[in-house]
Order: sequence, then structure tokens, then C-alpha cells
Amino acid sequence: MKDLHQLGVAELAAAIADKKTSAIEAAQHLLARAKQHETLGAYLALNEESTLAQAHAADARIAAGERGPLLGVPLAHKDIFVTTDFPTTAGSKMLQGYQSPFNATVVQRLADAGAVTLGKLSCDEFAMGGSNENSAFGAVRNPWDITRVPGGSSGGSAAAVASRLVPAATGTDTGGSIRQPASFTGITGIKPTYGRCSRYGMVAFASSLDQAGPMARSAADCAALLSAMAGPDIDRDSTSLDHPAEDYSAALLKPREGATATQPLKGLRIGLPTEFFGAGCAPDVLAAVRVALAEYEKLGATLVDVSLPRTELSIPVYYVIAPAEASSNLSRFDGVKFGHRAAQYNDLADMYQKTRSEGFGPEVQRRIMIGTYVLSHGYYDAYYLQAQKIRRLIAQDFQQAFTQCDVIAGPVAPTVAWKIGEKSDDPLANYLADIYTLSTSLAGLPGMSVPAGFGAGHMPVGLQLVGNYLKEGELLHTAHAFQQATDWHLKTPEGF
Amino acid sequence: MSSTPPKSLLVQGYEVVIGFETHTQLATKSKIFSRASTAFGAEPNTQACAVDLALPGTLPVMNREAVALAIRLGLALGSHIAEHSVFARKNYFYPDLPKGYQISQFEIPVVQGGEVSFLLGEEKKTVRLVRAHLEEDAGKSLHDEFHGMTGIDLNRAGTPLLEIVTEPDMRSSAEAVAYAKELHKIVTWIGICNGNMQEGSFRCDANVSVRKPGAELGTRREIKNLNSFKFMQQAIDYEIRWQIDQIEDGHAIQQATVLFNPDTGETRAMRTKEDAADYRYFPDPDLPPLVVSREWVEQVRATMPELPRQMAERLVRDYGLSAYDAETLTQSQSMANYFEAVAKMTQQPKLASNWVTGEVAALMNRQQVSIDDPEVPGPVQVSALIQRISDGAISHSGAKTAFQEMAIRTRTSFEELAAYLVELDALIESRGLKQMNDSSALDTLIDDVLATNAPMVEQFRAGKDKAFNALVGMVMKASKGKANPQQAGDLLRQKLQ
Repeated sequence: MKDLHQLGVAELAAAIADKKTSAIEAAQHLLARAKQHETLGAYLALNEESTLAQAHAADARIAAGERGPLLGVPLAHKDIFVTTDFPTTAGSKMLQGYQSPFNATVVQRLADAGAVTLGKLSCDEFAMGGSNENSAFGAVRNPWDITRVPGGSSGGSAAAVASRLVPAATGTDTGGSIRQPASFTGITGIKPTYGRCSRYGMVAFASSLDQAGPMARSAADCAALLSAMAGPDIDRDSTSLDHPAEDYSAALLKPREGATATQPLKGLRIGLPTEFFGAGCAPDVLAAVRVALAEYEKLGATLVDVSLPRTELSIPVYYVIAPAEASSNLSRFDGVKFGHRAAQYNDLADMYQKTRSEGFGPEVQRRIMIGTYVLSHGYYDAYYLQAQKIRRLIAQDFQQAFTQCDVIAGPVAPTVAWKIGEKSDDPLANYLADIYTLSTSLAGLPGMSVPAGFGAGHMPVGLQLVGNYLKEGELLHTAHAFQQATDWHLKTPEGF
Repeated sequence: MSSTPPKSLLVQGYEVVIGFETHTQLATKSKIFSRASTAFGAEPNTQACAVDLALPGTLPVMNREAVALAIRLGLALGSHIAEHSVFARKNYFYPDLPKGYQISQFEIPVVQGGEVSFLLGEEKKTVRLVRAHLEEDAGKSLHDEFHGMTGIDLNRAGTPLLEIVTEPDMRSSAEAVAYAKELHKIVTWIGICNGNMQEGSFRCDANVSVRKPGAELGTRREIKNLNSFKFMQQAIDYEIRWQIDQIEDGHAIQQATVLFNPDTGETRAMRTKEDAADYRYFPDPDLPPLVVSREWVEQVRATMPELPRQMAERLVRDYGLSAYDAETLTQSQSMANYFEAVAKMTQQPKLASNWVTGEVAALMNRQQVSIDDPEVPGPVQVSALIQRISDGAISHSGAKTAFQEMAIRTRTSFEELAAYLVELDALIESRGLKQMNDSSALDTLIDDVLATNAPMVEQFRAGKDKAFNALVGMVMKASKGKANPQQAGDLLRQKLQ
């Protein structure tokens, strides 16, 4: 048997079920590995006692004859999900040491399925950023090149999965925060349809965009996690879709209508938005994406040109709506009830001002200011309302495109992972790097990143796949077929 | 609104313009967006769950019962119930506002339009509503309990409120108070609010301005948190005089929010328009638009009681009561139901009305209790009394004595009139309240009275009618109230002729 950390979710679950190893052994092995690779900065919190207790409980369930695709499998959570057994910081000094009295729905559902939580993973502060450099607790390193960023905001999740610290992790995606770090670290990640996973227990960034999803080495492993994570939670989250949970693992294995042995994707129409393949995308990224698309043609898919004419507008629209919602969502961090409070202050206004100036990092403060501005009297119509109108048009553009194709494909990001510090003084450059992922989020559609080779500096490149509403099964099937024919997702960074 | 008001309504030549915003606390068991209890008076912060505390990761989920209560108000006031309404966030920082924003319906409220009609003296008045919107209450800041510090109690945070907003249709403090009383009656009558003003379940803000007749609306000042009808009138009257004085002294009125101090009887500005916050309203992305289907409205409609105004009109029609009595009896649903029960049991609506608005109401006032209180004899007891008055077994004054005896013994659980009559007859017997219907005994009594009060008899014969009444009184007194006054009067008149 391979080293335990080399096993993916399905392999590890099988090994545990077959008694080749145990949940406790897997947990101990990965806890040791987490400490061994502390310098990556992926973990923000471990709780060995809790992890081992969970592993024992999983082993007891297995001993009692229970079987399950996640039973005994170690996972870790982005530190944006609140947890009872680990502190939750959202990557912010504001919440340093914060202990939640309840688990996020996603966390609880995975625990109920028997997954063992190893710890909490770093992220950009309040999930705001695309490099994980905005964490109050230090940057996370990309295991493919430790001088580079892992992407963000789910950078800790991406780095941990890519470096084999954990077989799978949860992430959240508001404007690309699952897909872009997955792309930057050569792993597979899916952001489901908005509302597919409960937002209850996710520290809110932008309520109308935030969505949880799994990050793992393969589409098959993502399917196993998402089957447990997704499903209605309407008593706790009013935006949760009242649509029953699905078995995505079964969807992977179900052949497409018209599929043949050599052409499992025969009949699949893949739409290529002209706007995703322009001069804005680096040639190394485009080259890798085109090779992947050629592979899809071999698998029987047809490539069709489509247009998403408002792609460029997705940046200003997103950077109005997301900060607007964030400015309001983050008002609760006021030093009154929980979290950081300034040590010295003169009066209430001074307490608020000092607490929030000390507790929030510069990017969060920037977005709160942008959001406050666009919601202000006299600016609301011109910014917020206008952005909402264009948002609806962007969603309509996708529906137009889906009349011509089943799945949309393109790059996840215009470049491979950049160097730590390279863009940290240029917020606008960071915002522009989100161009291919924002529109999907604004439309509320499911999207994923699938490893598709390497670009400059031998850094991973991800292929983005976007499906129509609630078509997670089709997306995962499309990705899985690709991963059956390619081995990009099996590549491991040197030294891990 | 531009028609010239009657002179009698002008104050020093100014027309008064008043609009109301009333926060009614909805009588739901749990909060508007969480499952925490809304019960009043618990230990601080024991009725605030993670959602009310705005802990990270919590989200609001609409309490459908609060919506149903809003629909009730809309149906009661003839409003439009919006099929789609929207919750917005009103953003501001305050320690008793845990999320840093209040969820409130802003642009599209669930209840739109409608009106409240009531009698002001003899005159029927109608105040138009702009809207009634759902929102959550904030917590309470306790400034006095902790020296140099402020305590926060979040039990109230998230309590459902329906804010009822009128057009500026009222023209005097008396009209404003009459409106508030009528609205209070309606919300308690239809069961959407317990109406407890002391506990803050029914809080009124009055927007007051003055103008010369025919002029544009004056600048208004908003008097906040009027939580008694008495203070409401005082506050508005003070505010009217203050505004007129200002204008007469050549000062312009500044838009402001003011508080009424019951100790000084004055209003004082707490903030002016200049320091008004920018609330940055926007639709709450955590809550989809509120959808109220026609079916839901019809379901609620099927549970609506007869409303006070309809009931008052019916009491006039069916029982021949005066408009005034009908109005008095429909002050509360329990009183109206009490009356109807007595009227039906006795078939004596006029007597029933007199007793309920007379002895029963007096007892309630004296004891400061509601009509359902055990200290107040029940409808069966009062019906029995009326029956015994009608059949001559007891006089009115004897009945009043019996009523007091009943009050001491607490309300009976008898539901059948016949069964209670047995108990009442025993009471009448034991207290010696039985009316003297024996005319020979009365005959003797009257002869005695006439013999010992010759001067009074002389006065009567000299044409003084009052003397007759005095003589009847003396007969009644001599009979210790047991004589039938009608019978006594008749006999007396016969003897004097």
C-alpha cells in the first residue's frame, strides 16, 4: 500500500473499510504530517484530542459494520466555517480565538457522514482575496513553488490538498475562491449552484454569492464530499435551495446517452466563450487549456463558440455588489459581543473606530469602504442598483449560451500562480485576475476547476467548467471522464 | 387636505397636522427571524439565541406567524396585502443592535394603504394608512443599572414589530389620541398584539407640525415613544404650543426627533436632521422576497373575528342600543362578548347594557382588572341578577348589593343560568334582599311614612314634584331597599290623590 497521505478520499475510505488501516491511524499520520509541513502555513488550528476522538468514533462505527464513502476519512475545513471543536478566525485578527457554540451545517453533515476533522485551514481574511496573502496569520505557500501564492481565498485548503496534508478539504467561493486556488495548486474543486450547500455557519462575506464546495484531488472525490454537503437546510438558511440531496458519485458512473467505450462524452457540446480566450489570458495558460479541450474532443465532445458579452463588466459589477454586502455583513464585528475589542478608548464611537481599525486588515477595510460608499444615499442607484441590473443581464447571457451548449469551458485564471508579494500592493491587479470566475458567481451557476497541465515555471493550470443550474452531476461527470483519460490530477509537487 | 379647517380646530390661528407611526409588538411565541422566545420579563440575555446575538455564520429565517399577524391587520383595516414584499437592511452601529443593521421592510411593505375610522365625540373620523411593515426590534441599552457603563439586554432583539404608518390626517391632539385608542383596540381585538403599553408592546411616535390654514405642510418634529394615552395628549399639546411660539417669535422649525419628559411635561430634541444617519438601505440578501399567496390571505381571512366597528353597528341594529352604548361595549372584545352573553341569556339587552357599562365596568375600574378577572362576576351571575330584577324578586338597589357580594366570592363557574339562580336565590334570602311584593305590608309602611312626614306631604300638595320623589325615597329606606320602587310609587300616588 502507498503511504497513507498519498491516498485520495475513495482509496482511503476503502482501505479503512477493508481494515487495511484505521481512521485513527490515518488521523495520526496526517496530524504528524500537518506538523511536519507547518511552514506551508496551511493550517490555522489543530485539535489533536478532538480529531482522535472523532477517529475513534468512526472506527467504532466501522467495527459495528457501518460502511460509507467518508466514514473515517480525514478532512479539514476552511477557517470560514464555524466549528465547535476548533477556533474560527475567518483569517482575521478580529476573530482571533473565537469559539463558535455550533457547527456550520456543512461541517455537521460531513461529521455525520463519519469524516474526521483534522483542523482549520488558512484563508484570506473574511474570504476577501485571491492569493491568501490577506490572512492576518501569514501567507500560505504554494507547494509547487513555495515562493508563490496558492491562490485564494481558499488558499489553505488548496495548499493542504495539493501537498497531501489531507485528502480533501472544504472551501468557499464568492467570486472564484474555490476554483482559482484549485487551479493554482493543481487540484480539483467545485463551486455548486448558489444555495446548493447551506450557508449556515459560514462567516458571511457576500451573502448573495457565497457558496461552499469541496476541494480534492479528483472529481470523484469531490463528488463523494458534495453528496454529503449539499441539500436543503431551509430551517436555518432561507437561501438554501429546497432541492433534495443527490448521489453525485453515482452520477459519475452513469454513462451519457449515446456514449461509446472510446467516446464517453459523445454528444456533449462544450461552449467556448470568445471573451475567455482573448489577449487578456497568458499564452501558457491558453496553451494548456487548448490541449485539454483537444482531449475533450477525443472523448467525443464537440466544441462550439459561444459569447458572454458582459464578461468584462463582471469585474465592476462584482466589486460593487460583494463589498456592499460585505460592508453590512461585517458590521457585527463591533467589539461589543465577541471578537476583538480595542484595549483603550474614550467613548462608544472611539471604541468602534479603534476596534475595527485594529481588527480588520487593509483589504477588508478597503472593501468595507467601497461597500459603504456604493450603498450611500445618492450613490445607491448609480452603483448598487445599476450593478444588480447588469448582474441579471450577465445571468441571461449564460442562459443564452446554454441554448448552444451543455457545458462552458475556459481558463480559470488568466495566469498561473504569482510570486508572494508580487501583487500585494496593487489591489486592482488582484481584482482583474478574477475575470473568468466572477461572472459564474454573479449568475449563481456551478463551476469547477480541473487540473489541465502546467504553464510557466511548471505551475499548474486549471480548466474551468461551468454548468447550468443544479447540473453539478453533469459537471462532475464531464470532469471525471477527463480524469479517466489524463493524469494531470495525479501529479504531486516535488517533496510532498 | 387643503380645505379650510373649522375655526374651532385652530390653535392661535394655526392648523395642527399630526401623523402617527406605531410600533406594535406582534404576539408571536418566537422571534421574527429566530426560534428564541419573545416572552417579556425574563432575566437579561436569556432569550437571545445565536441568531439574535448575530454570532458569525447565523442567518435569519422568517417566522410565518408574524406574517400571518400582519395579514390580519391588513384585512382588518382594508389594506392591500402585497403579494411580494422585500426585507431590507437598515445599517447603523449601536450596541443593542447586534448585527449592525436592523432587518425592516423599506421600499415594499407587506401591508399597503387602508384606514382607521373612529368616533371623536359624535363625529366619525377616518385616518388613512400609508403602510404597515414588518421589522425586528433591537435590544435594550440599560444606562442606569451600571455605574459609568451601559448594560445590554438582547432579550428583545429580534422581537417582531409591525410599524403602522398613517398619512398626516389628524388635526388635534384629541383626534390623535382617539386614533391611537382605536388602533390599540383593533390590534388587541384581532389578537395580533397584547397591547401592553407599559411593556412597550404598543409604542407611538407622533409627527407634529403646524401651519396657517391653506399653507403648505409645516416642518414636522417627531415625538418618540409615547407609551401612554395620557402622555400622548400632553406631549402633543406641549409640542403644538412650542412650535407656535417658535414661529410667532420668528424662528423656523427644524426637523427633529424629540422625547417627551412626563416629569416636566415638555418635549426636548434628541437629534436634528443634520445628524440623521445614512442608513444605507439595501435588500437583505439573506432573505428572499416575502411571498404572500392569495390562498394564504384567504386562510387568514377565514379566522378573522367580527371587528369592533362592525360589532358596534350590529349591537345597535340587533339590540336597539344607542351608538354610545354600543361604542362603550366594544371597547374590548371580551367586554362585547360579555354583553352579548348577558343579552342573550336575559333577552333584556337594555338592562344588560346598563349593567355591563355600569356596575361591571365600575368594578373593573375600581379593582383595575379586566372583565375576565375572577374578581368580576361572570355573565351568568349578572344574567341571574337581571332575571331576578325582571321578575320582581329583587330591587335594583338590592341587586347592586348582591353584585358586591358576588364580587367578594369570586366568579362562579356556573355555565347554566338555571343552576346559578338557585345559588343567587339563596344569597338573596340569606342577605334579606328579597323585594317586598306584599302590598299590605307596603301599605302599612307608606301610611307610617305619610304620617311622620306631614310637611313633605304639604309641599307635594303645593305642587312640588320633588317632594314626591323624596317620599318614595323614604318608603324605600323604611323598607330597607326591599320595596319595589315602582309599586311603592304607584301606591303612594294613589294615597296622595
